[in-house]
Amino acid sequence: MKIFKMLLVLLFSAVFLVACSDDEPDTSLTDGTQTAASGINDASTSGLNNGSGLSGSEMGGSGSGSGMYPNAGMGPEFSDPNNPLSKSTIYFMLDSSQVQDDFVPVIAAHAQYLVAHPSQHIVLEGHADERGSPEYNIALGEQRAKSVANMLKVQGVSEGQLELVSYGEEKPAAFGNDEASWERNRRVELRYQQGR
Amino acid sequence: MAIFRKILFIGLLGFYLPLSYAELTIEITQGIESGASVAVVPFASQNVPVDISFVVNADLAGSGYFKMLNPQNMPGRPTTAEAIRFPDWQAINQNYLVIGQVNEDRGQYNVQFQLFDVANGGQMLGYRMTSSASDLRRTAHHISDLIFEKLTGKKGVFSGRIAYITTTTQGNKRTHQLQIADADGFKPQTIATSPEPIMSPSWSPDGKRMAYVSFERKSAAIYEQTLATGQRTKIAEFPGINGAPAWSPDGSKMAITLSKDGSPDIYVLNLVTRSLIKLTKSFAIDTEPTWSPDGSQIVFTSDRGGKPQLYITPSQGGQEKRLTFSGSYNARGSFSPDGKNIAMVHGNGNDYRIAVMDMSSRSINVLTAGPSDESPSFAPNGSMILYASKKGGSAFLSAVSIDGKMQQKLGFSNGDVRDPAWAP
Repeated sequence: MKIFKMLLVLLFSAVFLVACSDDEPDTSLTDGTQTAASGINDASTSGLNNGSGLSGSEMGGSGSGSGMYPNAGMGPEFSDPNNPLSKSTIYFMLDSSQVQDDFVPVIAAHAQYLVAHPSQHIVLEGHADERGSPEYNIALGEQRAKSVANMLKVQGVSEGQLELVSYGEEKPAAFGNDEASWERNRRVELRYQQGR
Repeated sequence: MAIFRKILFIGLLGFYLPLSYAELTIEITQGIESGASVAVVPFASQNVPVDISFVVNADLAGSGYFKMLNPQNMPGRPTTAEAIRFPDWQAINQNYLVIGQVNEDRGQYNVQFQLFDVANGGQMLGYRMTSSASDLRRTAHHISDLIFEKLTGKKGVFSGRIAYITTTTQGNKRTHQLQIADADGFKPQTIATSPEPIMSPSWSPDGKRMAYVSFERKSAAIYEQTLATGQRTKIAEFPGINGAPAWSPDGSKMAITLSKDGSPDIYVLNLVTRSLIKLTKSFAIDTEPTWSPDGSQIVFTSDRGGKPQLYITPSQGGQEKRLTFSGSYNARGSFSPDGKNIAMVHGNGNDYRIAVMDMSSRSINVLTAGPSDESPSFAPNGSMILYASKKGGSAFLSAVSIDGKMQQKLGFSNGDVRDPAWAP
């Protein structure tokens, strides 16, 4: 009973203390977070609408999933399976940015075309598989794009015709968490700037 | 017991939560049986849209510090101090008891709770607060913070926020969003949307701004966005990589990765003067800078030794020293708030896990099971690490206590969730 009374006193003094301090820490915290939260709401709409093309940018001709012959608009040779120009993706081994022998003729065909068409521009999109750290994979994808660019330049393509971008693991061509998907994702895609 | 708890959590969430939150589940995938035992008795409440005691119970359970008592096993449901029979709670080995009440008053809610030491019946905390209906969850997290700090001496992180990237696919169209949510994944709000990838969100030290990488112009650029207004400025758009932004602890500088001169290197951009200093100059990959909490050092990932490993250098420039030697892949370092530990992605063969290195002993403690864990981010009190996992064709966020004993999965059913960053 004595303990109970003591507890009662403790309880009242605790509540009293809080009441006396006018809930200061709590009010300020609640108010502060409320403002911040509604602020973020605004950001979401203004970010969405005024984001200088952030949400309005178009998919365009690049990116994975644009069919078997993404450069088909360049001419019939780019969709003729017997012509190396129809091949527009260079695949890489794990953790490697070295071009494998199989793809040397493909790159040579594109080099010849670019040398013959000096006003033509090409984007080299580097990609990595999903394993490991995303920003490190951006660097890996860029190394792959650079080794293709170097082979093109050695064969006479001018620097000004080339544009490099690395998407790392952010734009997979295959979405599985398995070796078959990873092989398809370690790649450089060659995308002609059509209509330029 | 752990499995039972998991079932209970999923069941309760499905049962109690309003429909708008139906897309999120929290699943405790690994629990501990040690730690103080805490009983959060369901609060007395009527017609209250949020079950506050349930949220408090879930917060404390997810922290990894406590063994929570299932309400079904409680010897009573007291909601006032007078109604507590402490011997009943002593008999089932409870250390602490939380009771409370929620009353509606003209659209506002009066929330009060008390924390008791079961051994001597003493009250350790007693608070009364008012909350609007929309702030009830926040109030519940605030109560969790107060209890956590009282019992552990560490600041709670339950009322904090997290940022992350979601990707949803509809047919051929992918949508990338930068979102901010409560620390438990609730109340997600989108601050940027793009059909092209968004990456690497980084909070300003005051939590008011966010830097991130966006490919919206078909090449990488780093932006800084003020959360309250949605206004943003472009920080860097050089040829090549513009990546891995990391705010300095005093907010005046930003470490970034640029490849404009050839190989990717770490740069420090002064946000006031806009001066750009090249910090690393190797011909290898240098990326993923992170600042020590005192701002004096920068840790980064480099493959200059053949494989990616962590290196450390003074943030003013100077000698670059290798930090990690065990494992074939150590990347994406992240300092703990006290600077004593570094979290990283630790890889061996096809297996990537989150590990923590003790900066004084340099020993590495692997915390997660893999096989594809990445992007570790410390809670502001250093008790938990948020990270991204991939499994079974989906990507989701998980949290692990820094002793590795407690693991939680934050599941969003719509699309992939990656690249988490806990607000400071």
